[in-house]
Amino acid sequence: MSLALPASRRPGHSVARRRDALPGFGLSLGVTLAWLSLVVLVPLSALALRPWELGVAGVLGVLSDPRVLAALRLSFGTALMAALLNLPLGLLVAWVLVRWRFPGRRLLDAMVDLPFALPTAVAGLALTALFAPNGWLGAPLKAIGVTVAYTPLGVFVAMMFVGVPFAVRTVEPVLRDLGTEAEEAAATLGASRAQALLRVVLPALAPALLTGFGLAFARAVGEYGSVIFIAGNRPMVSEIAPLVIVQRLEGFDYAGAAAIGLAMLGMSFLVLLLTGLVQAWLRPGRRA
Amino acid sequence: MTIGPAARDPAVARWAAGTLAVLLLTMFVALPLAAVFTEALRRGWGTVMEAYADPDAKAAIWLTLLVAAIAVPVNTLGGIAAAWCVAKYEFRGKRLLVALIELPFSVSPVISGMVFVLVFGAQGWLGPWLQAHDVQIVFALPGLVLATVFVTFPFVARTLIPLMQEQGRAEEEAAATLGASGWQSFRLVTLPNVKWALLSGVLLCNARAMGEFGAVSVVSGHIRGETNTMPLHVEILYNEYQFAAAFAVAALLALLALVTLCAKTVLERISGRRGEIA
Repeated sequence: MSLALPASRRPGHSVARRRDALPGFGLSLGVTLAWLSLVVLVPLSALALRPWELGVAGVLGVLSDPRVLAALRLSFGTALMAALLNLPLGLLVAWVLVRWRFPGRRLLDAMVDLPFALPTAVAGLALTALFAPNGWLGAPLKAIGVTVAYTPLGVFVAMMFVGVPFAVRTVEPVLRDLGTEAEEAAATLGASRAQALLRVVLPALAPALLTGFGLAFARAVGEYGSVIFIAGNRPMVSEIAPLVIVQRLEGFDYAGAAAIGLAMLGMSFLVLLLTGLVQAWLRPGRRA
Repeated sequence: MTIGPAARDPAVARWAAGTLAVLLLTMFVALPLAAVFTEALRRGWGTVMEAYADPDAKAAIWLTLLVAAIAVPVNTLGGIAAAWCVAKYEFRGKRLLVALIELPFSVSPVISGMVFVLVFGAQGWLGPWLQAHDVQIVFALPGLVLATVFVTFPFVARTLIPLMQEQGRAEEEAAATLGASGWQSFRLVTLPNVKWALLSGVLLCNARAMGEFGAVSVVSGHIRGETNTMPLHVEILYNEYQFAAAFAVAALLALLALVTLCAKTVLERISGRRGEIA
């Protein structure tokens, strides 16, 4: 996000605008807007407009269908849980990566990005193979009575997998920039190690943790490829909302599919908005 | 980083945290990757090669390369244009523009594909007109390209914008005072300054373009040998219980991800700058 001054406050602005020393503003902005409108804005407007062909009652009817409700509940509930659980995991990995030097650290560092780079269908197949009842992790889990594959727990595992890079990579740079001076100062002032971590380090990381949470959530809630292989996709039990959209489209129920899609987008933006509000509230100086 | 004694954790805590982090990541990230290659090779190299030699697999590989070959340059040009106007100029609505450019990242892949069905599909806005003129967009190559462009839209722009903002516009202005044309100063000054970041953005864009599943799944129609990309081919094989072949094609995609990550790490070392992946 740009933190530059508004153009009107920059010295020499009016001269610069009349005849900018750098040419290409009109061209680059034109290309950008054309590209953005054609590929993103016009198609997304179809998503915003199509559901209302059904009328408000029709849209509400689609959304109150028990199968749709169950899918939305599963997608959003599980994505929230996965993003929440990714926070401590992300913090732990970021901490280890920033604070300690050990052999294999680079490998660990590269591993963090893998869920982001791995095509989702491959991730889905891999997780299914791993957690299937005869898989490397599925077999021991089965012995203690836990079934992951083809259950809502499988949805959760896939959603955690895709969220890992977001949880780590948002906290890591902030932790690196933070350094250790503040903790050391806290220690010289008599704080215990736990106090220094809880009252000095954690508040400084809170905004980044929230960003990580928001990104991991947004990714998990819409995730399709990695989830559908491991979920088993049983209606009302382990069927995610994107899959319900796909089925409606296959049945040529465009308006119904669009209604579910619009509801999903609206709810995701609500979560991201709330995250942003909490972040603004946490910002130092505003709390005083 | 040098850590003063007061901020140093006891060795036990460090070991415990380090081991836990390694263990969790291995279980969650390395094991799935290992599972792909193990499953692919379970029946030996012969089966793997057979899976690649299958005509449908070959068609899927070609289609994937073709879609990426169209979508990646489009998004590279668009990304450069967007980064140029966002980083080098001040104008009203810039924050909104940046937010809109990043929008596709927070949209579900399925929704990304669906929007094109809503516009171009049989019952889409333009569906009847397209049918009357015998133009196929959805369930054909144009639809696959559009959906891929949508999901890979932000990659190049978002790797370039922070770097170009940091570099400011002094060098380009100097070039202009020395008589360089806009195109010359872009080619000789701006491009060399951002080449590594650009390459890294293009690589990530390409990896996602070739690996995209949800969005293309919605617009593809799953016509074997015609509109199936590699990830979709993996799904079909898997659903037909041809597990060895499915994992063989999946292993090829996993290799692509590994190569991309290696290249990104090398680029970061060369440029001395950490790219943002997420």
